[in-house]
Amino acid sequence: MQVIFKTSYDQDINLLSKTGEYIRVTLVILLMLAAPLFLDVYYLSELGLLLVYVIAGVGLMILTGFTGQVSFGHAAFLGIGAYCHSILMTAGVPFIASIILTTMFTGMIGMIIGRSASKMHGFYLAVATLAFLIIIETVIGEWTDLTGGYAGFAVPELQVAGYYLTEIWQQYYLDLALALFVIWGTANLLRTPSGRSFLAVRDSELSARSLGVNVEWVKIQSFGISAAITGIAGVLLAHHLSYLSPETFGVLESLKLLLMIVVGGLGSIPGAIFGAIFVSLLPVLLSLLRDILPGAISQQAGLEPMLFGLIIVLFVVFEPEGINGRWRKLLHFFETFPYYRKASFVRQKSYLKTERMR
Amino acid sequence: MLPFDDVIRLGIIGISQGSAYALIALGFVLIYKATEVVNFAHGDFMMFGGFAVLTFSEGLGLGFWPGLVCACMAMGLAGYLVDSLIMRRIIGQSQASIFILTVAFGFILRSAAGMIWGWSPMSLATPFGGETQLAGITIGTERIAIVGATIVLCFALYAFFARSRLGVAMQASSQNQLAAYYMGIPVRRLVSLVWAIAAVIATIAGAFMAPVTQLDTNVGFIGIKALSGAIVGGFGSIPGTILGCLLIGVIEPFSDYYFPAIKGVSAYIVMLVVLFIRPDGLITQTFRKKV
Repeated sequence: MQVIFKTSYDQDINLLSKTGEYIRVTLVILLMLAAPLFLDVYYLSELGLLLVYVIAGVGLMILTGFTGQVSFGHAAFLGIGAYCHSILMTAGVPFIASIILTTMFTGMIGMIIGRSASKMHGFYLAVATLAFLIIIETVIGEWTDLTGGYAGFAVPELQVAGYYLTEIWQQYYLDLALALFVIWGTANLLRTPSGRSFLAVRDSELSARSLGVNVEWVKIQSFGISAAITGIAGVLLAHHLSYLSPETFGVLESLKLLLMIVVGGLGSIPGAIFGAIFVSLLPVLLSLLRDILPGAISQQAGLEPMLFGLIIVLFVVFEPEGINGRWRKLLHFFETFPYYRKASFVRQKSYLKTERMR
Repeated sequence: MLPFDDVIRLGIIGISQGSAYALIALGFVLIYKATEVVNFAHGDFMMFGGFAVLTFSEGLGLGFWPGLVCACMAMGLAGYLVDSLIMRRIIGQSQASIFILTVAFGFILRSAAGMIWGWSPMSLATPFGGETQLAGITIGTERIAIVGATIVLCFALYAFFARSRLGVAMQASSQNQLAAYYMGIPVRRLVSLVWAIAAVIATIAGAFMAPVTQLDTNVGFIGIKALSGAIVGGFGSIPGTILGCLLIGVIEPFSDYYFPAIKGVSAYIVMLVVLFIRPDGLITQTFRKKV
């Protein structure tokens, strides 16, 4: 077992506190940087898409995992980001200006939603964001002059500062750079006073308010930042899809994002990453399951949604901490070998938290 | 401008649609009041219940009413099991997990229904075919049946919760679980029973909605509209829920007529507007805790 010897107060707020974490993170980043050398084009573009979902997952994680506000409508921000960026690019705005404007725009919309959301609680918010998503989807579909409606909208080619980045590996590096930037920024955000107050609001609004946290403003901030990050993911997603249509950003996409962070592990940045990996591997996993199951079942139409649902149920019931929790337990097992005890991670007695009294 | 006859017709359709939403929303509100869980799969329970009625009444040849009773019993048992096997284990987890869990139930029910009864819409023979003349306006009997069912069910539930011993115990455990537990009320079993009642209501809603919407695996999405109706009225109070659902139901046909571009989403727009002005719905049920 590793004992950390602290020599300065700053060590308490280090992003990575243990040597092992440094080594792991460095290795993963090096591996990601080297990926174009040994992966072929198809897997590279899938990996790029995975990074886009990592960004979107981190965005939703800030809102749902760290501030405790459940949003069923994050695909709307993804859609707004993708459409806004494509429309700006088509109008001749350069990439860097366009991505900044898009981020600001989605952030603004997020803050407007957050303004009204800051007064709602619990599932009102979830249903309100769901309604917002359905309305945005309809608006995108009906506003034919601007968005091309249900016929779709062609995304202009990726062009940064005059250079066309049409090769897959160039696009991949753009995804990687932005994903690393977003993850690093979020990790930093969580050790600022704002980030700390996000967590305070999640754990108890009442005690946060008693400690002088402006709960409404915190929720607005959190919504804004979360929407802006999801907007960035939308921009990158647009370039991956290269053809946008309103159905892409529907309820299912939102559920996918929510599934990602719940399965990955709520309230942790690695959770968003694990969740994105899980969601990307899910189709492969489902087709494997299809092979294992007996013929009478595997031939049925509509098996995927059922397995999808079952996986969620099993995760929520048996591993509420998600993949990240499992990973932490595994690490703990090896770090404290042979002293690991089941009781070190046993859940506290849980009880019903009422919303009616706030 | 619409002729007066059509206004009345749209109004009646709206009221009947609103009562259908209220019928569905009752199940949401019951479960919410008992456990503060919002069962996003409630619409899919309704869909499944409708199919169950079909199996019992036509597949086994029992006829509509006995089939409805059998289906209600079967679905009630299913609702009881869902709570006692799954929902009970996850008390105290974060809301996001609970929401996504109930959404997952919806997925499972939808694909199970598709596997059992097929993916194409089916029709259920009910005793409410044909049309009725009402104040000079012709309207489908099934729409009047929905209004009737909602009224009857509301009174039955009111009588149950206000008069019967079991109902009062349920009210007590929904207001304060711990105190109810100390009083010797079997809270866990009651919560499971609430789930069973909600599933029964969903089945009745499914059977009465069947002539209007057909039996289809995607009918469950109507649950989201019922949910927004309940939110407009203020979740947690049954009169508020019914009021909100009626409001949504009446606004919908008119807005679909005047603004065809936003067909189908007017309910959500109404809900967002109401939430903007009154974040707790029209009839408030939450209280601010004093320290």
